[in-house]
Amino acid sequence: MEKRVTFKGIWLPLLLVLPQILITAVFFFYPAGQAIWQSLFIPDPFGLSMQYVGLGNFEYLLSNSYYRASFVTTAIFSILVTVVSMGVALYLAVLADRLIKGSGVYRTLLIWPYAVAPAVAGVLWLFMFNTRVGVVTWYLGMLGYDWNHVLNGEEAMGLVVVASAWGRISYNFLFFLAGLQAIPRSVIEAAAIDGAHFWTRFRTILFPLLSPTTFFLLVVNIVYAFFETFGVIHTITGGGPQQSTTILVYKVYSDGFVGQDLGSSAAQSVILLFIVGLLTIVQFKFIERRVHY
Amino acid sequence: MAERTGMVEKRGSGYWLTHVGLIIGLLFIFFPIWLAFVASTVSQPEIVRPPMPLLPGDHFFENYSKALLSGINAPVAWMMLNSLVMALGIAFGKIVISLLSAFAIVYFRFPGRKTFFWLIFLTLMLPVEVRIVPTYEVVAGFGMLNSYSGLIFPLIASATATFLFRQFFMTVPDELAEAARVDGARPMRFFWDILLPMSRTNIAALFVILFIYGWNQYLWPLLITTDPSMNTIVMGIKQMFPSGDDIADWPVIMATSILAMIPPVIVVISMQKLFIRGLVDSEK
Repeated sequence: MEKRVTFKGIWLPLLLVLPQILITAVFFFYPAGQAIWQSLFIPDPFGLSMQYVGLGNFEYLLSNSYYRASFVTTAIFSILVTVVSMGVALYLAVLADRLIKGSGVYRTLLIWPYAVAPAVAGVLWLFMFNTRVGVVTWYLGMLGYDWNHVLNGEEAMGLVVVASAWGRISYNFLFFLAGLQAIPRSVIEAAAIDGAHFWTRFRTILFPLLSPTTFFLLVVNIVYAFFETFGVIHTITGGGPQQSTTILVYKVYSDGFVGQDLGSSAAQSVILLFIVGLLTIVQFKFIERRVHY
Repeated sequence: MAERTGMVEKRGSGYWLTHVGLIIGLLFIFFPIWLAFVASTVSQPEIVRPPMPLLPGDHFFENYSKALLSGINAPVAWMMLNSLVMALGIAFGKIVISLLSAFAIVYFRFPGRKTFFWLIFLTLMLPVEVRIVPTYEVVAGFGMLNSYSGLIFPLIASATATFLFRQFFMTVPDELAEAARVDGARPMRFFWDILLPMSRTNIAALFVILFIYGWNQYLWPLLITTDPSMNTIVMGIKQMFPSGDDIADWPVIMATSILAMIPPVIVVISMQKLFIRGLVDSEK
């Protein structure tokens, strides 16, 4: 798509794009290039020189059991976050859509968590489940359940999943509600006249018609779980216990900044880059389809 | 939406069940926030002897003034100012550079235009989390650690907003630019007097999204602000926890958490329509 009418001039447009070019070159392309470059080297033990190792960093990573475990952790984590947050959001959106009046009030209240930073959400949930002072921990103790996410990896995973999903409900709710409200009333009413009950109507009409929204949200939520949940994990578990909540992005940070292993961290960045690339392609393919839908 | 008839769902038990279902959802959403608020109004001994009360206490002013004025590592008021500068810097910076470059790509034909377009397209794919180590080295090399420019610049190096404005400029009728040209108006005159006023709503919607994005940043400020007086509030909360076995000062920490969510919540609620629009736009 091109504009028919344009202005003359070459220097003015170049001047106009200059700020963006400078900033992206310095803070984006150069660091991204550095990541790819560094991933081919390992520093010597004194940090004085770099030794070229080709794909050695990648080979080492892929044979490293901690890194492979981190892949599995990330997969479990993102699937759980996506399913929980989309499930709750769909449930709330279907209910809000049934209301003739008042869905606006619920919407206003439900968009709150969007504004809460993942790291703050982490602190809120950490407080409730804190092993010493947490309210929920205390009541669970009364019921005879001994909650300790500091020692128990599965409980730690459960906690970071719920805290991450909690913050994401608003976003999914807004898109589901918009999707539901775009479905023509006549379709639903026709089914109701034919005697279809709510659950039947949901299964046979609403859910299939929502599938573009659902697919879109699926991709967006996986991207969120991969990259934007660092704050939740850093505040609640710090990747532990025994790396049971170390997702890939967390590992880039802990190996690169805490462990100072730049080559490995850079190689991990490059692998993540591939994953983002794949997800972006899936997303764009889908958006193309949505236009034709 | 307004003309919905009650044909499908009659007012009956189903109607009340719908409300009950939604209220249960709201309780799940608000319980953590409520608990944080309660904790920010009680004293430390009330929290460390569980279970803590579920209704607010009378230490509101004490806890909040302690947090705001002295904090634990740095006064929270100061951290909020840092967050505000960062969020506004990101929002304004990104909007300005994107408006200018989108104007150039849409309304001019210049050498390298296609290349430029594809280069910025690439930036859509790579979040800052992925390239943290080399970006950190660049920022450190410029001596921008513990500075506002170090907090802001790396986060405006992406092209989402440029795409958004490009899409919008494409929908502006050609006749307007035609008329401006016939009248002999200079391109920048057209930009200021016609294009910019027309983009007002898009700019505002994007501003809401970017403000929240900037305010809620965590990893980047964590890496580059080692000086507590440059901490932003969202990353500063974690720094308030003691290392080792000491008990955290929960009332002050929870007061800080509440303070950290107030500005973005106000922005989202008061500009709800723009926010939803921005959300939908920025995902297109």
